[in-house]
Amino acid sequence: MKIHEYQAKEIFSHYNIPVTKEVLCYSVGEVRAATEKLGLPVVVKAQVLTGGRGKAGGVKLARTLEDAKNAASQILGMDIKGYLVEKVLVAQGVKFSSEYYVGLTIDRNIKTVLFMVSSEGGVEIEEVAKDNPKAILKFPIDPDLSMTPFLARKIAFALFNDFSLVKQATVLFQKLYQIFLDTDASLVEINPLVLTDEGNLLALDGKMNFDDNALFRQKDINALLEPTEEEVKELEAKEKGLTYIRLEGSIGCMVNGAGLAMATMDMIKYYGGSPANFLDIGGSSNPQKVIDAMNLLLSDKNVKVVMINIFGGITRCDDVAHGLVAALDTIKVDIPIVVRLSGTNSKEGLEILKSANLPVVETMAEAAQMAISLC
Amino acid sequence: MSIIVNKNTKLIVQGITGRDGSFHAGKMKEYGTNVVGGVSPGKGGQKVEGIPVFNTVEEAVKATGANTSIIFVPAPLAADAILEASEAGIELVVAISEGIPTLDMVKVTTYLKKNGTKLIGSNCPGLISPDESLVGILPANIFLKGNVGLMSRSGTLTYEMVNQLTTSGLGQSTCVGIGGDPVAGLYYQELLQLFQEDPETKAIVLIGEIGGDAEEHAAQYIKENITKPVVAFIAGQSAPPDKRMGHAGAIISSGSGTAEEKIKAFENVGVPVARTPGEIPELLKKLMNIK
Repeated sequence: MKIHEYQAKEIFSHYNIPVTKEVLCYSVGEVRAATEKLGLPVVVKAQVLTGGRGKAGGVKLARTLEDAKNAASQILGMDIKGYLVEKVLVAQGVKFSSEYYVGLTIDRNIKTVLFMVSSEGGVEIEEVAKDNPKAILKFPIDPDLSMTPFLARKIAFALFNDFSLVKQATVLFQKLYQIFLDTDASLVEINPLVLTDEGNLLALDGKMNFDDNALFRQKDINALLEPTEEEVKELEAKEKGLTYIRLEGSIGCMVNGAGLAMATMDMIKYYGGSPANFLDIGGSSNPQKVIDAMNLLLSDKNVKVVMINIFGGITRCDDVAHGLVAALDTIKVDIPIVVRLSGTNSKEGLEILKSANLPVVETMAEAAQMAISLC
Repeated sequence: MSIIVNKNTKLIVQGITGRDGSFHAGKMKEYGTNVVGGVSPGKGGQKVEGIPVFNTVEEAVKATGANTSIIFVPAPLAADAILEASEAGIELVVAISEGIPTLDMVKVTTYLKKNGTKLIGSNCPGLISPDESLVGILPANIFLKGNVGLMSRSGTLTYEMVNQLTTSGLGQSTCVGIGGDPVAGLYYQELLQLFQEDPETKAIVLIGEIGGDAEEHAAQYIKENITKPVVAFIAGQSAPPDKRMGHAGAIISSGSGTAEEKIKAFENVGVPVARTPGEIPELLKKLMNIK
C-alpha cells in the first residue's frame, strides 16, 4: 500500500523528524493562501501515488506569488502516469548545501530490514544503483540488535564527517527504523535528506510503502488508503476471496492459484493472444466464487472469450464442474467459454461439463489456443 | 531426498482443529506420514482423525517425540506458532499459512536460524517425497516416485509441472514448495545443494516467478556449485509492474524483479528455461539422455 508524500512527512513529523513547513492545497486559492502564510519561495508539488512527478512537470519552484498560482493551475488537474492530480503540497523553500539519500527496505536474501544511505541524494536511486552502485552503502539490521545507538552512529559516520551532523543523523536513523517497525512498512525513503544552510538535516521529500499483509493490524495506516477506481475493484474482488488485476487484453482468465494464473496469462501471450486480467479464485470449488469470478470477468467490456484453467489438487474437478454449471445456470453469458480441467477427478469433471455443452480441453496449451481462435 | 522429510519424520499439526488443519492432517496420515499429534491451545485432550491434540508444542513434543511441525494457524498468529515450535525443539517447520506480515517473518527467520531450526515457507504447499512422506497439502495422487527434484514458489503451477513430469514417465524424488512470500525459509540455494548431494536426484526443476532476485542468485549458485542438470520456468512474463500478483513476493518494484531478467540470468549460465510447462519434460529428457 502506498501513501502520499504529505502523509509520509506527517508520520515523520509525528516522530519529530524535521520536515519542510508545508500546506496541503486543493485549489489555486488555497495555494495562494498557503504561499502567503509560508513566505516565498515555495515549491508546489503534485501529490499522486506514483513516482516521476518532477520529470512530468509536477514539481515547480515558485519565487513569486504569481509563479505559485501559475504552477498550481498547471499542476492541479494534470495527469501523471495515469494518476489525476487533485491536490498539491506547497512547501516552504529551503536553502541547502548537500543532498543525501536514506532508505529502508526488506532484503529478501539477508532476510532483515536493510538500511541504505548515499551521498548521491536528490536523484533517482535506481539510477545511482545502476551507474554508481558503490555510492549506496547498505547495512542489514539484525532484528535482535535493532537500530541500537552505536549502529546508527556507525552509519552516520559513514555519511558525515562533521560530528554535529553525525549526532543529528544518529537520532534520525533510529527514528526511521522505529517508524518502519511501528507501521509495518515495506519501504521508507527520504530523498533528498538535505543539509540546510543553518546546519540542520531536513527531509525535503518522504515516501512510505506498507506491507499489505500487515494492514489488518495497522488501522491508522489502512485508513490512509486511497484506491484508484481499478484498485477499488481489486479490493471488492478480494473481499469475495478473489485476487483480480485488470489488464488490457481480450481473453478473460479464471484460474486456481497465483503462479498458475500468471503462467496462464503468459501462455496466452506466448500463443499470440492478450490476457484481459489476472484472476486467482483460490482453492475452493464453491459455485458462488465461480459466479463472482464470472461476473467480474464479464464486467470488463474488453473480454471476448473466457478461459477457465483449473488444476485440481485438493480441489476436486467434479466439484469445480458442478460449481461452473450452477454458475452458468444463474448468469447469462454471451461470449464463448473454454474450460480446462485437470487433476483430481478430472474425468468426472469433464463429463459434467460436456453434458452442459461447454468446450472442454485437457491441457493448458489447448485451452489457450482455443480461446485465442474464438476471439 | 531423505534429508528433509522421510520415514523418520514425526509430525505434529499446529492448528489441527481448524478446517484446513483437520482435513490435511487426515490426508497426510492417509498417505503414511507419521502424524503423531496436533496442537490447538485449549483443545488439549481431544482427538482429530484419531490424532491426539495438545495445548502446547512443548507438551506435544514431550509426549510424542515429534521433530517436525506443519503450521495451519491463521496469518495473524502464525509467526508466533512457528516461534513456539522452534523453541520447543522442533527441527523442521513447514508453514502453510498465507498472509503473515513480512516483519513477523524477519523475526521468525532470525530466531529459527539462531536455534538451528529449518523452515519451509511461509505461504507454501509444503513438500513431498513420493512413497515416503507428505508434509503439506500437495495432492499425492499426481506424484510418481523417481529422480527429478523440484523446487517452486508456487502451488498449483507446481502441480501442473508435476503432472507434466508424471505423465511423461519422469518421476520425482522430492518436491518442495518454498512459498510465495518475500522473506521465507529454505530457498533455492539450500535446496539446490541438498538435491546435488542426494543420490536419488538426477535432475532438478526450478520454478520461479517475478519479484526479488533469488532466481538470479540461484543461477550464479548453479554455475559455481551444481553439476546435475537444471531446467527452469519463470512465471510472470506478462505481469504489469508494481502490482502484487497474488503472492506477497510476486511484485516487480522499481523496474526490477522482472521475468526477463530471471530468464536471462538462467540462460547466461546454461540453464534452459522452458517457455511453457509442456516443454519441461522434453528439456529434461534431453539433458538426462532419456529417449
